Amino acid sequence: MSDKTMTPERAVGELRSGMTIGIGGWGSRRKPMALVRALLRTDVTELTVISCGGPDIGLLAAAGRIRRLIAPFVTLDSVPLEPHYRAARERGGLALTEIDEAMFLWGLRAAANRLPFLPVRAGLGSDVMRVSPELRTVVSPYEDGEEFVAVPALRMDAALVHLDRADRHGNGQYLGPDPYFDDLFCAAAERAYLSCERLVDGFAGAVPQTLLIGRHSVTGVVETPNGAHFTSCAPGHGRDEAFQRMYATTPWDAFAERFLQGDEKAYQAAVESWHQERTR
Amino acid sequence: MTGDQNDGNGRNDGNDGNQHGGGSAVSRAEHCVVACAEAWRGDGEVLASPIGLIPSLGARLARLTFSPDLLLTDGEALLTGEDGSVEGWLPYRRHLELVSGGRRHVMMGASQLDRHGNQNISRIGGGEPPERQLLGVRGAPVNTLNHPVSYWVPRHSPRVFVTRVDMVCGVGYDRAAAAGPSASRYHRIPRVVSDLGVFDFETPDRSMRLASLHPGVTLDRVRAATGFALTVPEPLPYTRDPGPGELRLIREVLDPEGLRDREIGAVAR
Repeated sequence: MSDKTMTPERAVGELRSGMTIGIGGWGSRRKPMALVRALLRTDVTELTVISCGGPDIGLLAAAGRIRRLIAPFVTLDSVPLEPHYRAARERGGLALTEIDEAMFLWGLRAAANRLPFLPVRAGLGSDVMRVSPELRTVVSPYEDGEEFVAVPALRMDAALVHLDRADRHGNGQYLGPDPYFDDLFCAAAERAYLSCERLVDGFAGAVPQTLLIGRHSVTGVVETPNGAHFTSCAPGHGRDEAFQRMYATTPWDAFAERFLQGDEKAYQAAVESWHQERTR
Repeated sequence: MTGDQNDGNGRNDGNDGNQHGGGSAVSRAEHCVVACAEAWRGDGEVLASPIGLIPSLGARLARLTFSPDLLLTDGEALLTGEDGSVEGWLPYRRHLELVSGGRRHVMMGASQLDRHGNQNISRIGGGEPPERQLLGVRGAPVNTLNHPVSYWVPRHSPRVFVTRVDMVCGVGYDRAAAAGPSASRYHRIPRVVSDLGVFDFETPDRSMRLASLHPGVTLDRVRAATGFALTVPEPLPYTRDPGPGELRLIREVLDPEGLRDREIGAVAR
């Protein structure tokens, strides 16, 4: 079996401007933040991003890397609205294809199943149909004759996800209460990059249901301890609420200046020194 | 209406402490909790999904009293009992399937709400770019087409209760009817609870009706705070007081720190 381990730089080095990229996690929960930070260090831009959005979207939108976002929401969870994303949206910095959460899930499933669409009841009567005039409906061929929204497959060129554990071949394990949609992101993408808190040699003794992602759907494996920071990565660690509040209230340039100038190691060191200053 | 309940509630006067200004008069927040709880009366064995503190207190009050079969989550992926014990698993993917299956009643927030119950949490300004980017549609479209959806508005104002919402996230009665039988089949908005009263759509054209005023609120105040004409029944009822057992549960079990009063504000006493 092939060894798929790589650095964050190498993983994002396989991304190109104009690609459609899916980002796993949910809101401010288990986002592949180290990979997003690595992406910020490249000049890749004009992205179409598919995400249940959190600070991943805030960072990329503030840096002007997103051409179009496909999402049901963007939130920091404990801070309801994502300030850097909002600012980018309000200055016309990125287009939004806004779809409902169920439309999002079924869109991922359609892509993972190589179907052009799947029918859902959600969306009818709402303005998601108005803001995305390309959305179509489909009529049941059976007796009921009901009409549904035909959610198009959310296919992507690449997916970025973060899990608790992975082996060198791309098998991934989540240890928290919710898998989110990370396996579907990997299955819906041409290429998927899986970062993990810790690289392991195997999953002896693991509860089988925690083995979420299979190696057949993963291109590269990246070990990034604390790589979801500042989002939560339960049960390993919760959200860094203090840091998130600072992120949400600091002008973008000042935040980027202090935390995003160097590599991932420099970021983690800057976070540590910020916490030390704060508690002094 | 917010008269002294000392005689009736069987509580020790001292329990009120400073939070309730030295009396055990029912606070506005407590009327709101009861009004929210009533949304889940008779719902049976469905998931109660309260968004926000007052609806959460209401849902838990309903389960502890008149709707014991309700399911509740820990706010993440676990279904939990009143003591915090785990009784089931409900990650987002299963949650969305439960929504589609209809065994749920959510009480959502609303940045804007119109007279037919269309709701907006996405953005202010319907064009591009938006004047204010808010949360996004989230699950409002799937919720409103699949199971009962009620709303909670902590600060009733003409900015929330508008003639027309800037983006329809939660579908109202007029839009559901216009979208056809697949949209209206499971569509229902049982009630809207605000800090001023309880509202429903029990009118011939399914437009908003004032169902009850919270004690201490005047009809004029509700009208001034609402950006469209409301149907008002005659006589106009008041929102019921919590019973003694309910007051005890709210004050001693569900919210001993009195967080509910902070959400509503000092005005609501």
